[in-house]
Amino acid sequence: MPDGAAPVLDVKDLKTVFKTRSGEVHAVNSVSFDLKPGELLGVVGESGSGKSVTMMSLIGLLPSPPADVRAGQVLFDGQDLLQTDANSLREIRGARIGFIFQDPMTSLNPVFTVGFQLIEPLRAHMNMTKKAARVRAAELLELVGIPDAKQRLNDYPHQFSGGMRQRVMIAIALACDPEVLIADEPTTALDVTIQAQILELVKELRQKLGMAIVWITHDLGVIAGIADRVIVMYGGQIVEHAPVKELFGNPQHPYTRALLKTIPNIRGKRAEKLQVIEGQPPILGAEPASCPFRVRCEFAFDRCARENPARIPVGPEHDAACFWDASKGGPRDV
Amino acid sequence: MFDGSTPRKLVEVHDLKMHFPIMAGILRRRVGEVKAVDGVSFDIFEGETLGLVGESGCGKSTCGRALLRLYEITNGSVVIDGENIADASAEKLRNLRPNMQMVFQDPQASLNPRMTVAAIIGEPLFEHANLSKEETASRVYDLMDAVGLNREFANRYPHEFSGGQRQRIGIARALALKPKFIVCDEPIAALDVSIQAQVVNLLEELQQNLGLTYLFISHDLSMVRHIADRVAVMYLGKIVELAPREALYDKPLHPYTEALLSAVPEPDPALDAQTERVILQGDVPSPSNPPKGCNFSTRCPRVMDICKQIDPEFRQVEDGRYAACHLLNETTNTSAS
Repeated sequence: MPDGAAPVLDVKDLKTVFKTRSGEVHAVNSVSFDLKPGELLGVVGESGSGKSVTMMSLIGLLPSPPADVRAGQVLFDGQDLLQTDANSLREIRGARIGFIFQDPMTSLNPVFTVGFQLIEPLRAHMNMTKKAARVRAAELLELVGIPDAKQRLNDYPHQFSGGMRQRVMIAIALACDPEVLIADEPTTALDVTIQAQILELVKELRQKLGMAIVWITHDLGVIAGIADRVIVMYGGQIVEHAPVKELFGNPQHPYTRALLKTIPNIRGKRAEKLQVIEGQPPILGAEPASCPFRVRCEFAFDRCARENPARIPVGPEHDAACFWDASKGGPRDV
Repeated sequence: MFDGSTPRKLVEVHDLKMHFPIMAGILRRRVGEVKAVDGVSFDIFEGETLGLVGESGCGKSTCGRALLRLYEITNGSVVIDGENIADASAEKLRNLRPNMQMVFQDPQASLNPRMTVAAIIGEPLFEHANLSKEETASRVYDLMDAVGLNREFANRYPHEFSGGQRQRIGIARALALKPKFIVCDEPIAALDVSIQAQVVNLLEELQQNLGLTYLFISHDLSMVRHIADRVAVMYLGKIVELAPREALYDKPLHPYTEALLSAVPEPDPALDAQTERVILQGDVPSPSNPPKGCNFSTRCPRVMDICKQIDPEFRQVEDGRYAACHLLNETTNTSAS
C-alpha cells in the first residue's frame, strides 16, 4: 500500500439520525475515517452498531425521511458527496463507487436476465452501444469465474446458485471500473466453502484491478484474512482503528478484546468456557454523553459515565476510544 | 462423562430416510423426490452433545426434525430411550413427547407474539402435566430462574425482549417437561456474536445440572467444536464422517470435512498464516438429483474412478471414528495386505 497517498474517500464527523414515532435514533455518531487507494478497509461490528448505515449515508442511499444525515463531510475526489445534488450523485454511484449487498437473492431483479442487469450500468454510465456492452458483460462474468459466460447472460437470477449470484453481484459492481467498492456483508448469506471461494476471488480481483474496498462484516475471521486496516464500531461510533495485524495481535479497546475472546477457536487450543460479554448493545435515543460500552465493560470507572471518550492514539496508525490503558492497567492520562 | 463405564445409548438412529415428493402437472403426479436425508445412522449417548454440522441444504435440520418425528419419515428407525418412535401411534407419540423437545433457530418466529412469556413457558405444562394453577406458576418461575430471565418479566410479550432473551424463553419452554433429549436446531444462528456465547454457556450449564442430552445442529464449526463431544458432518443428505471432537478437528479423515474445516476464516493472523486452504470448486448438487456413486465426487479434490461408480459405505475406520470414503478403504486395504 502506498503510504501517504491522498485518500480516495475521506469521511469526517458523519452523523446520521433516524426519526421514528418513538423518538430519534442516533445510528451514526461522529464517524471519521479515510480510505487510501488500493486498500481494503474492514468495518466490523454487531448488528445495530451503525456500520451499514454509515456506508449508506455517505453515498445518499438512505431514504429521507426517516433518515437525516445531520453533519459531516464526505470527500470523494475533492467533492463533498453530502453537498452533491441527486443527479450528480447518481452519476457517481454505480460508476465510480460500486456496491455489493448482503443478500444476492433480493438485490438482483428476478424478472430480468443477468445479462440485462449487467448491461444496464454499462449503457447508463459508460455510454456503450448494446453490442459493446454485451461483449463487456460477458468479459465481466468470466472475470468473476462464471463458466460459460456468454450463454449465462441469458439466464435469470433464480437459475444461479447463491455463490454464483454473489459473483454476478460482484460483476455488476465492477462493471464501470469503480475507484471504490463498498461491500456490505457480501459473504454472510453464503456457506463457508462458498465464502472461501468468494474471498479468493476478491483477493485475485484486487491484484488485477487495484480498487479500494470497504468491506463490512461481523465476522472477525473474514476480516483477518483480507483487510489491510480495520475499524471496529460499537453504538454508532468507531471504538478502535488499527492495521489488521495490530488489531488482532494487540487489541486495545475492551470491546475488541472481549469480542475476540467470545469466539471459540477452530484451530489451536480449545477454551473450556466461553468468555461472555454480559448485557445488550445499546439503543441510542440521544447522542451519547458517556461511553456507549460502559455498562458492559469490566474496566469502566467514573470518568466513563461522565464523558464519551474521543479516539486516542495508542500506536502507529492505531487509536482506541477508551479512557482505560490496558497495557498499564490504569486510566489513561488524557 | 466418559468415566470408564460405557454410557447408555439414549438415541439410536438406523438408516433414517426422509424423502419429500416433488409433484408436477395438472394431476399433481409424483415426478421425483428430494432426498433431504438419505440413510443416516448414528447413536447419541446419554449426557453427551452430538454436533451435527454441514452447509445449508445438506439436510441437517430435516434430520433433527425427523428425529422427533415432526415429519412422517420415509424409512428407518429412531429409538429414543428404548421406544421406537418411527412407527409409534399418535397417542403413544404424544405420551413420549415430554421426553424429547426442541429449541428452534428463529426465536422470533417460534414464539407466539400474542402470548405472554408465562403462557408460552407454561403451555407444555398445561398440555401434559396436569398441575394446578399455583403449581404451574411456580414451575414457570423456576424455569425463568434457570435460564436467567427476570421473574418480573413473566407477563410481558416476546416483542419486548431482545434476541438472546427470546432464545432463553424458547429454552425454558423446551425444559418445562424435564426432557431427557433436546434437539437444538441452530439455536444461536440468529444471534449476535457477543450474545451467542451467553446462550451457549447457558446450554452447557443446563446440561451439567440436569443431565441433558443434546443434538446440536449448526453450521458454525467453531461453536460446535466448543460445545459438542462428538461431531457428525453431513453432506447432501448423508453423514460423511462422525468422530469425537478432538480427533475430527485435529485430523479430519473425509476430504469434505477437511475442506469444510479449512474454509473457516481464522481470526488469529499467526494461525491464519499456517493454515492451508482447500478451496472446493463448484456448488452442492441438488438433492433431487444426486450424482451417481459418492455424493461428494463432483467436488472432491481427490476423486477416483471408483467414486463415480460406487457409493462408499459409512463404516467404522478407526476406534470410534466413522466415515464414508473410498480413500479410507484403499488405505486400510493396502495396509492390511
